[in-house]
Amino acid sequence: MPAKRFPVEAGHIMMFARAVGDPNKVYSDEDYAKASEAGGIVAPPTFVQSSAQFDEDYHLRPKFGEKWFGSGKTPTGVAEPPGAGGGGGLHAEQHYEYHRQLRPGDVLSATQLPGKTWEKEGRRSGKLVFAETITEYRDQKGELVITARSVGVRTERPAAQA
Amino acid sequence: MALSASKLKVGDTHTERVVDDLTRTQIVQYAGASGDYNPLHSDDLFTREVAGYPGVFAHGMLTMGLTGKMVTNYVGDARLRKYGVRFTSQVWPGDTLDATATVKEIRDVDGVKVVELDIATVNQNGAQVLSGYAEARIDS
Repeated sequence: MPAKRFPVEAGHIMMFARAVGDPNKVYSDEDYAKASEAGGIVAPPTFVQSSAQFDEDYHLRPKFGEKWFGSGKTPTGVAEPPGAGGGGGLHAEQHYEYHRQLRPGDVLSATQLPGKTWEKEGRRSGKLVFAETITEYRDQKGELVITARSVGVRTERPAAQA
Repeated sequence: MALSASKLKVGDTHTERVVDDLTRTQIVQYAGASGDYNPLHSDDLFTREVAGYPGVFAHGMLTMGLTGKMVTNYVGDARLRKYGVRFTSQVWPGDTLDATATVKEIRDVDGVKVVELDIATVNQNGAQVLSGYAEARIDS
C-alpha cells in the first residue's frame, strides 16, 4: 500500500541528506536556502523514497507484536523466510520525474498505478521476474509533484556478486 | 552555480567521489532515514545464513542518493526535471564510489534550456554499480 499521507518535514529532509552524505545546506539551513536560488529548503532528489515511513503496511519495517524475518536468537524470526534475495527481491531500476520541487510543508499522497511484468533468464541467478510499479505523488491541492517508476526483480538464486 | 548552455558542450564530464570506504553505519543511517529496514542491509547473520549473500550490502537507493549528490552539485539546486537509474552491481561495505555525469544533449523545451546527462557510478575496481540519466534546466 502506498502512503496515504506523507507530510514532508524539514527534520526528515535533514536526516535523509545526512544519510546520503550530502552536506549541501539547502537541505538543512533555512536562512541559507532562502537566500539561494532554491528559495527555501528543498528535498534531495531521492527523498520521496522515504514515503515508506508513512506506509502503514510497509513490509520492510519491524512492527510491534509481529514476527520479523531478520535475526534475533536465530538467523530468521519466521518459519518460512523469504527465498534467495531476502525480503521481497531486489531493486533493479528507479526513475523519477519532477513536476516541481518538493519542500517542507508539502503533504503528499501516493497512488500506485499498475505496471508491466516480464521475465528474463539470468546467467547466474536463474529465472528473473521483473515487476514495475508507478507511483504518483500529489500534494494537498491534488497537483502532481513527482512521478516515480520502480522496477523490482525476484531471483531464483542470490544475485550475482560484483 | 548553475550551468549555462553557452558554456557547455556535448561530451563534457563532471566526476565526484560520492563515498569513500562506505561504512555499515552509513547503510544503517540510510535505513533509518528512508524507512527501508530490509535485513539484507544491516543484519549480517540473516544475510549470510538465510539469504545466501556473503554479507550485508547497501540499498540500491543509497547508491542512487549518493550519485544524486553529484548530479545536484553539477546542475545546481532545484533544477532537476528527471533522474533515473539501473542498479547494475551491488555496493558493499568498504566500497569507494566515483560518480560521473556526461553531457549527452542540450536542447530547448518550451523556451527553456535543458541538459540531458548520462550518469555512471563505478566502484574502486572500476566495476559499474549504477547507470542512468538526468535532465535539468540550465541557463542560456
